[in-house]
Amino acid sequence: MQKEIIIAGFGGQGVLFGGQVVAYAAMDAGKEVTWFPSYGPEMRGGTANCTVVIADDEIGSPLVKNPPLAIALNLPSFDKYEGLLQKGGTLVVNQSMVDRGAKRDDINVLLVPCNEIAEEIGDKRLTNMVAVGALLTALPELSIQDVERALAAHLPERHKNLLPKNYEALKSGFEAAKRSNQQAVFSKQ
Amino acid sequence: MVTTANNLVYERPEGFTDTPTHYCPGCTHGVAHRLVAEVLEEMGVLEKTIGVAPVGCAVFAYNYFDTDFVEAPHGRAPAMATGIKRVLPDRVVFTYQGDGDLASIGMGEITHAAARGENITVIFINNANYGMTGGQMAPTTLPGMKTTSSPNGRDVETQGYPIRMSEMLATLDGAGYVVRRSLHDPKNIRLAKKAIRLAFETQLRGLGFSLVELLSTCPTNWGMTPVESLKFVEDKMVSYFPLGDYKISQGVAQLKV
Amino acid sequence: MTREMWEGNQAIAEAAVRAGLEAYFGYPITPQTEVLEYLSRRMPELGRTFVQAESELGAINMVYGAACAGVRVMSTSSSPGVSLMMEGLSYIAGTEIPAVLVNVMRGGPGLGNIAPSQSDYNQAVHGGGHGDYYPIVLAPASVQEAVDLMALSFDLAEKYRSICMMIMDGSIGQMMEPINMPEMRPVQRKDWDWATNGRMGKRERHVLTSIYLDPYEEEKTNLRLLERLQQVQANEVRYKEYFLDDAEFVVIGFGTAGRVSLSAVRAAREQGIKVGLLRPVTVSPFPHKVVDELVKRIQGFLVVEMNTGQMLEDVRLSVKGRAPVEFYGRPGGVVPFPDEVLAEIKRVASSRLSLEANPRDAWFERMMAMK
Repeated sequence: MQKEIIIAGFGGQGVLFGGQVVAYAAMDAGKEVTWFPSYGPEMRGGTANCTVVIADDEIGSPLVKNPPLAIALNLPSFDKYEGLLQKGGTLVVNQSMVDRGAKRDDINVLLVPCNEIAEEIGDKRLTNMVAVGALLTALPELSIQDVERALAAHLPERHKNLLPKNYEALKSGFEAAKRSNQQAVFSKQ
Repeated sequence: MVTTANNLVYERPEGFTDTPTHYCPGCTHGVAHRLVAEVLEEMGVLEKTIGVAPVGCAVFAYNYFDTDFVEAPHGRAPAMATGIKRVLPDRVVFTYQGDGDLASIGMGEITHAAARGENITVIFINNANYGMTGGQMAPTTLPGMKTTSSPNGRDVETQGYPIRMSEMLATLDGAGYVVRRSLHDPKNIRLAKKAIRLAFETQLRGLGFSLVELLSTCPTNWGMTPVESLKFVEDKMVSYFPLGDYKISQGVAQLKV
Repeated sequence: MTREMWEGNQAIAEAAVRAGLEAYFGYPITPQTEVLEYLSRRMPELGRTFVQAESELGAINMVYGAACAGVRVMSTSSSPGVSLMMEGLSYIAGTEIPAVLVNVMRGGPGLGNIAPSQSDYNQAVHGGGHGDYYPIVLAPASVQEAVDLMALSFDLAEKYRSICMMIMDGSIGQMMEPINMPEMRPVQRKDWDWATNGRMGKRERHVLTSIYLDPYEEEKTNLRLLERLQQVQANEVRYKEYFLDDAEFVVIGFGTAGRVSLSAVRAAREQGIKVGLLRPVTVSPFPHKVVDELVKRIQGFLVVEMNTGQMLEDVRLSVKGRAPVEFYGRPGGVVPFPDEVLAEIKRVASSRLSLEANPRDAWFERMMAMK
């Protein structure tokens, strides 16, 4: 088994940490994993992305051109990764930040209003966790519980009080993605 | 003159190896070396001293001192001394550097060693030229002074002005003791030795960076006799590089030697 | 042992600490700055030496000083900074004392960029500083390997009184992977019979220099350094091999280029191509013997690098024209994707390969045709 995930968005949207949470969950589940960031001079507001590779065996390339899974937290990322996604892959799109639907019909695009869901839970910084929850609908190798355990184990101590809200964000994202998926299937029919 | 135990006027300090130096006749490097060796001996620290030789005429300083010694790349002696002193803080570490080494290529290293307040002692020989390579213009060459790379005399319009290192380094808070002395006559030599002692005491007591600048002769490259060159130091160099104490921190001021 | 997730740069910093690092001197430069930042907290916490130097020149000469004092010492930097350190490295080599340096490589020449690159292979392996000397050079391909090689670096440097340099592409410094961090080894200051740490009433003085004014003495030193290289070559070659047993073609790549090639080799195997991978872990000493053995039983090599073909020359030196050597490179900070390497493997496996062709020229033509 090997799965590659790209998470992309503006700097400050929690792109890198979102990827790390997935990586931690994979590690704790006994998988091999590589987390690779786009690193650059931009600290805030620029574009950021990271690649997470999860596998059973020694991981080769830390980068992937055509991932089977991706999260696009803003429109430029949607534009970029919709084109690059593997046929049959799943793209989670932060609907709050885009003004269009999917162009391709050979991939599964899950439109999830991550910002709104995060704000409803009470903290806009949870956008990334909503998206990660949505991603899990297409990543059966990891369960919500795996990610929750990873958050509990690896969230910095000063943020531990935010754990319940992070769990809520994961679940809400997961549920929203399932609904989005059903709608997509319905509209295709 | 036959020397007997009764009228002994000179003997090799314990801090020296039994090696004739390679310095030119009349050069004051020998005097500076001797002062350092005497001070280290008098302080009883030869066993725990590590010297850092420069690139320049004193490149072979390690042949003459009977202490551990390393030889640094050009200008980098203060960085090497930092490395040694930081891992061996109970040892005595000193650099011995000329003006090309310290004030030109090594300006970064000396400045930051002083700024960090490294507990090292620097003996800085200012003879207004690059001696080893044959008398080129140094950052300390006086205005109008002829060297092999300023054949018409240093023109400050195109070749810049001399750098007064002691004055400059004294502005740094990490510097505990920064003074300028001269080696042109016995009285000044005695004062120089006192300053060298105080510089090493500064280090022993952990009072920060210490530096003694010594105005020195270079008769060979200056094209002068030894006596003329001593006179040149007294008449020309002292007026551009005034002797004095440029930085004596509060802690150092309380030292009694 | 539980695995922990570590970023490459922080991981090698902690690994060095656990290997008994007594002193670190560095200067900020992307993409290795996390090593400096990590150690600025960690070293003082343990009562060990940390200094942020005024420049890479300052840093390497502080390393030089501390190495003369006989302690485990290192610096880390990235390509432009390592260029500045070349002066000090040459002196350290000439003085024959152990020191460890990590180069987290980025695209160049000049200021270049901060993206992962392997452009400093020649600088590291074939000298870099002036004079006749040969450093030991290790090239990890993962965070775990970087951590393991970090401790080995100190052991090798001390065993051979040599510089041991680890060259890792920026990607390995920046990525996170789960690893087993080795146990903390106690600091053991050895009483080297060469160290300048003060006579302390025990011995005659020690002098450490790199100066040998008598050419015959310098010649002896050069020959001694060469002899040491030969011992290193005989004892310390390390590499990893994948699918070599029945391989008809072999990809050779180090570091990130090596692990990207692993993905491509696996994909090629799935398509029935009998291809294997040789990934040198020591690039100096280079695994010449292994390549020499492979020459006898395979149909061709493909060298993959993140530069314009630097290790390629060492491969050609081993192959000696007896088998075709092909090249694929992505210089400038570009990391190749596995499908590019796969396409190259397919090309190599299905073409008539020439023994005469210059692999770099041929690759250059293909690159230009693509642009």
